[in-house]
Amino acid sequence: MKYTQELCPIIQKDTLNRTTFSFVVKSEKAVQTMQPGQFANLRVAGKTLRRPISVCGFNREEGWIRFVFEIRGEGTAILARMNEGDTLDILAPLGNGFAIDPTEKAVFVGGGIGVPPLLGASAPYGENATVLLGFRNMRAIILSDEFEANGADVRIATDDGSYGHHGFVTQLLAQRLDEAPCDVIYACGPTPMLKLVAAEAEQRGIRCMVSLEERMGCGVGACLVCACKTKREDGSETYRHVCKNGPVFDSREVVWE
Amino acid sequence: MNRLAINLNGVDFKNPVIAASGTYGFGREYNEFYPISRLGGISCKGMTIREKLGNPPPRIAETPDGILNSVGLQNPGVEHFIEHDLPWLKQQDIVVIANIAGSTEEDYAAIAEKVNASDVDMVELNISCPNVKAGGAAFGTSPDCAANITRIVREKCPNKPLMVKLSPNVTSISEIAKAVEAAGADSVSLINTLLGMRIDIRTRRPILKNNKGGMSGPAVFPIAVRMVNEVYNAVKIPVIGLGGIATWQDAIEMVLAGASAIQVGTAMFTDPYAPLHIIEGMDEYLEENNIDNIAELVGGVKLW
Repeated sequence: MKYTQELCPIIQKDTLNRTTFSFVVKSEKAVQTMQPGQFANLRVAGKTLRRPISVCGFNREEGWIRFVFEIRGEGTAILARMNEGDTLDILAPLGNGFAIDPTEKAVFVGGGIGVPPLLGASAPYGENATVLLGFRNMRAIILSDEFEANGADVRIATDDGSYGHHGFVTQLLAQRLDEAPCDVIYACGPTPMLKLVAAEAEQRGIRCMVSLEERMGCGVGACLVCACKTKREDGSETYRHVCKNGPVFDSREVVWE
Repeated sequence: MNRLAINLNGVDFKNPVIAASGTYGFGREYNEFYPISRLGGISCKGMTIREKLGNPPPRIAETPDGILNSVGLQNPGVEHFIEHDLPWLKQQDIVVIANIAGSTEEDYAAIAEKVNASDVDMVELNISCPNVKAGGAAFGTSPDCAANITRIVREKCPNKPLMVKLSPNVTSISEIAKAVEAAGADSVSLINTLLGMRIDIRTRRPILKNNKGGMSGPAVFPIAVRMVNEVYNAVKIPVIGLGGIATWQDAIEMVLAGASAIQVGTAMFTDPYAPLHIIEGMDEYLEENNIDNIAELVGGVKLW
């Protein structure tokens, strides 16, 4: 049985900013086979659909999983009202995560609420990780101190210039790649950002893995709603599914529209 | 004795709970939660004669107590299913129902021949998919067209029990049911999804890229109960009830309305274990009420 339904008590809740929350939940089963970049489907009281939330971090020995999410609509607003001691009903671990090889030089590119899954993925890389983070403004910055504590070279861009580089995180990427080569790029964030990251990687011949997002149903690959257009080996196009075939895809496989 | 065991169109089911087409794939994913053999049957993802890529995303939108979907019959084609998925499914001790669709009479005839020659236990004829242009639903919305397609499939698929899945997007669903009964259907399943639409007020665009989609989930349940009861009173063949069933109480209600078996779909997204809870609850209800077999309850509602 690859998938688990688990009732997980929330053991720590933190408010990262006005709309972003961090939950650490207790897990005995789901955490055992979890990989960075995977996600869980969280049940929301009164809602038909669960909410897919990426895993920000986890610890098998200590038995916990951490989710960092942003209020995007009614469902995540209901989740955000949950408190320590409440129980989260999760389906996990879902999807394919990042392939981790901490001996490689890796560049992680995150935008907004695409940042959290990169924290768990980049941690094993220590100083081998460069982490480039883009946010709307200074108030929206999350988790940057935690990336630094893991030993990564962290650089930040804000859309309004209120902190770090004034501009897009993709400009930081070009700058970083001009300085020194890297073996692999991992990216998670809004689609326009991912498209630019993928183009930069392809132009420089660097392997690039992107974590995609799409409105989901079942979360396990049965209902086929979270379609993503991809290229087959023969070049023809098809729809694969973010929940089961992803959320992490090789950027060369994705048809960017 | 098994209180939930039923025989539907000559096929034995260990219980009357069937996974609804389009929500359960070909069973492999949910078999990673629990053995799917605990269900009575599986109606496989709707298939067409050739591979179909489906509609562009977004393909799903949430609604009060339900969802809209516009998958557009994405499937690998019937031959791929027969070669890759059916042999596995046949080892799972579950009744395998092939849900077939098409956009022309020729497509329906061709796919009917393929499934007739395969190992599937039953066929569910989809004449009611709302998400495919120039097909599916167009065949299901007039009694004559529905009967015509049923007759074609019946002729090409003589060896399998034939269940015809009906669209609720019609003026009189019992007229359609009577027409497909006369054309050779062995049973009818209803309801497929109701056509709906949601608009994002910020972008002023529909949430679904297909603009509209099929609505399902608890919100449609009362409509499904009413239609199942109307059809139960209009035809002699068995009726399979679906549409918003999420609990064992819903399932019993649907049986009382006239369903010989039920299908569970959207509830799976809220809780993958929903069909197992439904089976357990139905069994306890029968035991508590000293009912020897679920068949005794079918159509048991006493109308005022």
